[in-house]
Amino acid sequence: MQDLLFATLAIYVLGMISAIVLRRAAGRAAVAVFAALGSSMGAAAGVSVLVSGREVPLAPALSALHPQVQLQADPLGAVFLVLIGLVAVPAALYGFGYSKSYEGRYSLAALGVVLNALLLFLTLTVTATSPILFLFAWEGMTLAGFAAVLTEHDRQPTIRAATWYVAISHVGFLALVVMFLVLSGGDLSASFADIRTNAESLSPVALGAAFLLALAGFGAKAGIVPLHVWLPMAHPVAPSHISALLSGVVVKVAIYGFMRISLDLAGAGPAWWGGVALGIGAVSAIGGVLYALMQQDLKRLLAFSTVENVGIMLIAAGAAIVFRSYGLDELAILSIVACLYHALAHGVFKALLFLGAGSVLHATGSRDMEMFGGLSKRMPWTSAFFLLGAVAAAALPPLSGFASEWMVFQALLGGARIADPEGGAVMSVAAGALALAGGLAAACFVRAFGITFLGLPRSEESEVAHESPRSMRAGMGLLALGCIALGLLPSVIVPLLARAATGVEGRGAAVPSMQLGLALATPSGLSSFSPFALATMLLVAAAAIGLSIRMLQGPFRTRLSVTWGCGRFGQTSRMQYTATAFAEPLRRVFASVYRPLEDVSVDYHPDSKYFVYRITYASDLRQSFAAYFYHPLLLAVRIVAMRVRRLQSGSVHAYLLYVSLTVLLVLLVARVWH
Amino acid sequence: MASLFSKIFRTGLVTEPFSPVDADVERVLEAISARTRNLLGRALAIREVDAGSCNGCEIEISGITGPTYDASQFGIHFVASPRHADMLLVTGPVTRNMELPLRKTYEATPDPKLVVAVGDCARTCGVFAGSYAIVGSVDTVIPVDVFVDGCPPTPTAILTGILAALDRR
Amino acid sequence: MTDYLLQLINVALVLAVSPALVGLIRWLKARMQNRRGAPIWQPYFELRKLFGKEVVVSDTASWVFRATPYIVFASTLAVALLVPLVRIPVPVALGSDLIVVVYLLLLGTFFLALAGLDTGSPFGGMGSSREMTVAALAEPTIALAIFSLAVGAGSTDLGRIVAETLNAPTTVAAPGHLLGFAALFIVMLAETGRLPVDNPSTHLELTMIHEAMILEYSGRYLALIEWASGMKLFIFLSLLANLYVPWGIATSNDPAGLAVGLLALLGKVVVLGCAIAALETRLAKLRLFRVPELLSVSFVLALLAVTSSFVVR
Ligand code: SF4
Repeated sequence: MQDLLFATLAIYVLGMISAIVLRRAAGRAAVAVFAALGSSMGAAAGVSVLVSGREVPLAPALSALHPQVQLQADPLGAVFLVLIGLVAVPAALYGFGYSKSYEGRYSLAALGVVLNALLLFLTLTVTATSPILFLFAWEGMTLAGFAAVLTEHDRQPTIRAATWYVAISHVGFLALVVMFLVLSGGDLSASFADIRTNAESLSPVALGAAFLLALAGFGAKAGIVPLHVWLPMAHPVAPSHISALLSGVVVKVAIYGFMRISLDLAGAGPAWWGGVALGIGAVSAIGGVLYALMQQDLKRLLAFSTVENVGIMLIAAGAAIVFRSYGLDELAILSIVACLYHALAHGVFKALLFLGAGSVLHATGSRDMEMFGGLSKRMPWTSAFFLLGAVAAAALPPLSGFASEWMVFQALLGGARIADPEGGAVMSVAAGALALAGGLAAACFVRAFGITFLGLPRSEESEVAHESPRSMRAGMGLLALGCIALGLLPSVIVPLLARAATGVEGRGAAVPSMQLGLALATPSGLSSFSPFALATMLLVAAAAIGLSIRMLQGPFRTRLSVTWGCGRFGQTSRMQYTATAFAEPLRRVFASVYRPLEDVSVDYHPDSKYFVYRITYASDLRQSFAAYFYHPLLLAVRIVAMRVRRLQSGSVHAYLLYVSLTVLLVLLVARVWH
Repeated sequence: MASLFSKIFRTGLVTEPFSPVDADVERVLEAISARTRNLLGRALAIREVDAGSCNGCEIEISGITGPTYDASQFGIHFVASPRHADMLLVTGPVTRNMELPLRKTYEATPDPKLVVAVGDCARTCGVFAGSYAIVGSVDTVIPVDVFVDGCPPTPTAILTGILAALDRR
Repeated sequence: MTDYLLQLINVALVLAVSPALVGLIRWLKARMQNRRGAPIWQPYFELRKLFGKEVVVSDTASWVFRATPYIVFASTLAVALLVPLVRIPVPVALGSDLIVVVYLLLLGTFFLALAGLDTGSPFGGMGSSREMTVAALAEPTIALAIFSLAVGAGSTDLGRIVAETLNAPTTVAAPGHLLGFAALFIVMLAETGRLPVDNPSTHLELTMIHEAMILEYSGRYLALIEWASGMKLFIFLSLLANLYVPWGIATSNDPAGLAVGLLALLGKVVVLGCAIAALETRLAKLRLFRVPELLSVSFVLALLAVTSSFVVR
């Protein structure tokens, strides 16, 4: 068991080697097999940790190499090991078929190395036990992600996206380094256990600063507003199975980091930490889904929806901090469990959706929703899987998204028990925000599925689209099963997650009363619901209706006919509602957020303006954050850089002076420091 | 928003007071009421198709939904889609432009269905007969169950015609 | 066991009574408009007729279109099984949770909207776009109204909320309670497609919301959808009645109490039905882009409800 993780890491390395050594189908197969094998072994290790509920030192063989390299899985990290396995196995399977289309165009070897390296660093990140190891793994993850985003390196948007990604990630990295320096008192090689004790002696100001730095540093990777701008650019341009990993797992690992710091290493924080996280979470949730609604690019839509879901997780994590500061431990644990559950649920359904979008991209060569339509008849499997993912993403019962969002709701409603009116009021506003995000997400996914898969094909490519090969369908199928399982079995999974939550709490509190059984009940009996009974009811009711109509009315009489369109001559795909039209009412309602730019130009006949030749309508959303935050920032950086450039005189004497001045300065600082 | 609703409530109902129905109409309505009790499950959904009328007939048809005749009391109501309909109420001579839509509407209506052609035009093309713009009477395009004569026919006549169509089933 | 059986009888009750509620509202409206109106059992005739008719399905539609009526009907039935109508408590194993109820109804809306897009008809797309807009904007109001109830009862369990209000009768006059009721009432109008948000008897495609999505349905499919929307109306009204004015609801299985509970429920629903009929006679439909204003009014009411429940607590 302890060596399971060592084997995992070794297998990833084998995967990287085989990607370089083997060619074509053999290479793709080896990459997929090693990635799937490694991640499933990692997941097995995670499950065993969760079941036993104890911290387990992992891969002692590595520690023998160097005493600093200590890997360990505690229940919190184990949840994420499981998540990596849940997403990576299907993604690797899918990647086998999907990367075939990259053969001859882009380097398969690079793709294979990147996939395994990404998984390797993800695994290291969630098992690291010291800042230095954590930061090393974190940076490795960032760079692997960077390489993954750059796969299609000959396209302009790709390069732009990768640049933004790597820039913001490194700003975040800087914040993390400083945060660890503050928490550990300057010693990055201290173990997490030492940091925990050290943090108790820190002043509230230092801890608060560390918290904010952690929020910014991990938030940059998780894509919280306003640090999200890179995410909707970078996730869509990566190959789809990597997009699935980026949105499904990498983002969650940032959440892991945030929880590790704010709920574990930094000790019990004051309520305002939670308030800040709640607020940013609420803004991210609503902002993410609002922008997701307006996207035409299917994968970009999914990426924005990731921002929304990160917001929801942050809401839950924030609630946990608030509850803990008020001493409501049961509710804090419920919130942590809700956050973890949502991380799992979102990982699975978002990966499924990205893979579905990848299949559509594979079949039509496009990501533009206005080109799609009618794909459900041409790609029945993909459309069924995507629909499942969409229902889960819209947080509808009885699938996974609902189970986790229900817990978040319950946790927030528990805010009624906070004695201070402010605490409760914050929770109620967050519940309102969550509900708004939920409603908008339902609209968003009706649009995503309906416009893409239903109706008539809007382009030649969609007309002749084909179903994906078997390996890709298998990948999606596994994730679809995951959505169903996570939806139906929270009562089995929740107690395991509660272990992780109590571990984080670090108070050895007993696992709260979230029963095993059909119904899932929250602690202290806030409420309960039974997804299993619900699903059974739905199925039984649907079957009963069908049967009773048949018995009472005899055989069904059904006739096919053309779509009713008030008797017009024929129906073309151009008469349908488009993706843009579907979102138009909401765009008007939220015009103050979107601040849309519209441009209508009409070509008239020269003699009379009653004869119109052509009307062109162009519309775009102002990317408020880019316009009001990043552009001025970049401008300022550029201006400063211009000034600084004057230092570059080209004279060797001047450069020698700089060097000596710098050395002097460093020495001075070092002296003052001690 | 508040001002809108307060205006609605300040204005109140502005329709003229309801005058009692005259005795003749009353008698016909009683008769229809008695007979509709055991016809077509007492629920009839009508889709109106104007195949090219002068709209005189439409005005009379809209009369049967008003307070005087109130077709809804017999379970007769108008619907927005032929998919929901049991009966097509077609008016006017069929113009060239309306020929295809009329066929399509007939096609779109689920079985069992009835067609009642309302007005002289629907049977004979009326004053429009011989015009280059028309295809012919309604029954040249789709099968008609009952014709209602009159230019325009009274609401009573239309109701009687609808009833006659139901009787034929 | 009896508990579960009684809860099943709930479903039968909703199935049986909901068409009459629709008929009642239509009859009242007709009376207020000087018409005689169809008898209140008219909707039963219509449903019977529709079940016997042929179904015409668009040739561009996929399986989503055919599955939707069943999903909508089944999810509404599931809701009927969860809510307390005549008696409390609802058996725990079912999980009678307000959030579950709201999202189950949203599940039906989700699929109806998909079905609207499925046929490729412009009306269907228009209807589903509008329906989802309204649904999305109604959602936060519902959540806050739930929150204000949960503050009092310490739970979102419907049975518990009802029991709590029964125990503390004075809460009914509390401002939080009244404001919450008003907010939920407005949202109920929006969610069930009544005036002034949507006109259930419109014939103009361009003004439609709910109706536009189901223009393509016929025969038994249409019957299922119409019946389900009747049930949704009945459930919403009985929830409003039971959550805010729970008196009369039975608290045990004794037959007399159950009979009283049934009568009380029907009485309350009839009163609310009268209110809807009166509103629909007096109000014009709002322009689509004014609907968000109305919903934001309800949102503010709900927010006030929550705040005042905290203060009064
Ligand atoms: S029958 Fe008379 S009223 Fe009717 S359409 Fe013809 S001309 Fe007009």
